[in-house]
Amino acid sequence: MKNEASIQVKAAAAVDKKAALGEDIDFSAFTNKSTEKAYLTDLNQLSDEQQADLAGIGIEVKEEARAATYMQLDHSIVHCNTVNKDVEMLDIEDALKKYSWLSEYWWQAVEPDVDKYAARTALQQNHGYFIRVKAGAKINYPVQTCMYIGQAGVVQNVHNVIIVEEGAELHVITGCATDPKVDKGMHIGISEYYVKKGGKLTFTMIHRWGDGVAVRPRTGVIVEEEGLYISNYICMHSVHDLQMYPTTRLVGKGAVSRINSILVAPPGSHMDVGGRAILEAPETKAEIIARTLSTGGVVINRGHLLGQAADSKAHLECHGLLLSDKGIIHAVPELEARTANAELSHEAAVGKIAPEEIEYLMARGLNEEEAVATIVRGFLNVNIEGLPDALMKEIDSAIQEFSLA
Amino acid sequence: MLKLENLSVAVNGRQILHDVNLHIKPGEVHVLFGPNGTGKSTLIGAIMGFARYKITDGKIYFNGQEITNLSVDERARRGLGVMIQRPPTLRGLSVREIVHICGKNDVDVELLADKTNMLEFLDRGVNDGFSGGEIKRSELLQLMAQQPDLLMLDEPESGVDIENIAVVGEAANYILERGSKKKGKSIKKCRTNRHKSGLIITHTGHILEYVPADMAHVMYNGTLSCSGNPQEMLSCIHQKGYEECINCAE
Repeated sequence: MKNEASIQVKAAAAVDKKAALGEDIDFSAFTNKSTEKAYLTDLNQLSDEQQADLAGIGIEVKEEARAATYMQLDHSIVHCNTVNKDVEMLDIEDALKKYSWLSEYWWQAVEPDVDKYAARTALQQNHGYFIRVKAGAKINYPVQTCMYIGQAGVVQNVHNVIIVEEGAELHVITGCATDPKVDKGMHIGISEYYVKKGGKLTFTMIHRWGDGVAVRPRTGVIVEEEGLYISNYICMHSVHDLQMYPTTRLVGKGAVSRINSILVAPPGSHMDVGGRAILEAPETKAEIIARTLSTGGVVINRGHLLGQAADSKAHLECHGLLLSDKGIIHAVPELEARTANAELSHEAAVGKIAPEEIEYLMARGLNEEEAVATIVRGFLNVNIEGLPDALMKEIDSAIQEFSLA
Repeated sequence: MLKLENLSVAVNGRQILHDVNLHIKPGEVHVLFGPNGTGKSTLIGAIMGFARYKITDGKIYFNGQEITNLSVDERARRGLGVMIQRPPTLRGLSVREIVHICGKNDVDVELLADKTNMLEFLDRGVNDGFSGGEIKRSELLQLMAQQPDLLMLDEPESGVDIENIAVVGEAANYILERGSKKKGKSIKKCRTNRHKSGLIITHTGHILEYVPADMAHVMYNGTLSCSGNPQEMLSCIHQKGYEECINCAE
């Protein structure tokens, strides 16, 4: 690849570079050695427990109503199957060999030397997926991808690229999880998504990592003229330390991004999750909406809107609900206008459930626990298009579980 | 149906109600007049059991059983229903969902919403951006599904335009089962068949044009200073203001 050398040089210089945000993770506590896992012709070859785990993060094990499926277990691609011919899905390493033009996208939305996590992935990457939708193709069913940690102590370093060509439409559901038997691991994921002119990408990501897992995704999205990027991020289960701050650049006139996050932090969890939207072109629009809930864990919810072009418009909303005195919710909304014509706004509220709301529902016949559960469910009810039923049930039961805790 | 015995209530450590006695029989609707800040809303809040209203003395009986120390939801289950003046906004919960909650999932939501002009609000968050009149209609829609035996309304006509006062009144009558005028039944028989009761706080008395009341009380400085015929008392208050009540209370 034509710029491979410069990427390697940059990355090599950043192997010890601490990230701007989040606790510094010591790689020596993990291993990069992973045994090669056997390819699965069918996901039903997974254990019943693993299949149930996958359903809970939005993955259809039977692959019904799915355009393509990718599953990576530790460092091995264990399943890669495309049903819809308008979708191309490959191991990213194969895609790089197949398409020389991919270098135009490789490490263009995320810098390889942004921090030590990106640098590590640039230097010792373990696969990742490449998804491309041909111009004008509207893919009816979602493409599903799964990143799974199955071996204790392993670090997963993946690099994914999605390209939605002009006028194409795609929904990707990504479920990330750790085997319930595994108590420790680390996931680093570099994701670069490109939405071309008039294209639409809906990206729904569900995380279910576990108490001993550190997670450092690094995501960059570039949206061209009249393109639309919708991101739904759901993390409702315990995670030891998660820090991510995806950046969306709206580079074409009229480009739009909508970023929704639902975070639930149980005791012991540390989530530093944010998002930045850079409105670089005229008439671009961005929206970042987060609902965060702590039942005892720490949530730092960041958001940054940067209005650089005329008639750009963006709104940031972070609402946090604290269900335990031991939890912390720290909302950090930032608005930055660099042109007089940018219209940026934000709305943030953090607190506990108002007793009046609980009594209001009790006066309608619900007991206190039911009233709290109803309020929490309503609070987290950000309308998300196209979520699979199994996932909706999972979300419902998680809400029930947390609100009753 | 509802009996208050020597009820005294404090809010944030300040005594608001003193020694209130009230008896509402099955089928009766009582109205409560009184100047602002005199304790009318406190009375309804205390009957419903809201936490900020601390009962410092006295007892509340409902259908013959003492409910003074019961939780809000237990009172609701026993048949108390309330419309407070400023209900909270519940953004992620739709009106449709809360009506189902009120009706224990056995209710024709669309039919009731039609009666309260709330059809187009069913999928909006409860009280989210609602006008004063919309809040009242939403509350009554919920209460129609809840079907309480004792309906307590705190200023049902405030913030409601003239056109909608009729809707509010009809909804209240529906809950009180006073709307159906069956042929062949004597007035006496209609009255004896009634078993739903009401307690309505009103400043203007407009609601009385739609919901006939059996008894009126004036609350002044936290006590029920006098009671009597609703229309007579209303016209007296219109003519002489509450000054007469001060005399009564003294």
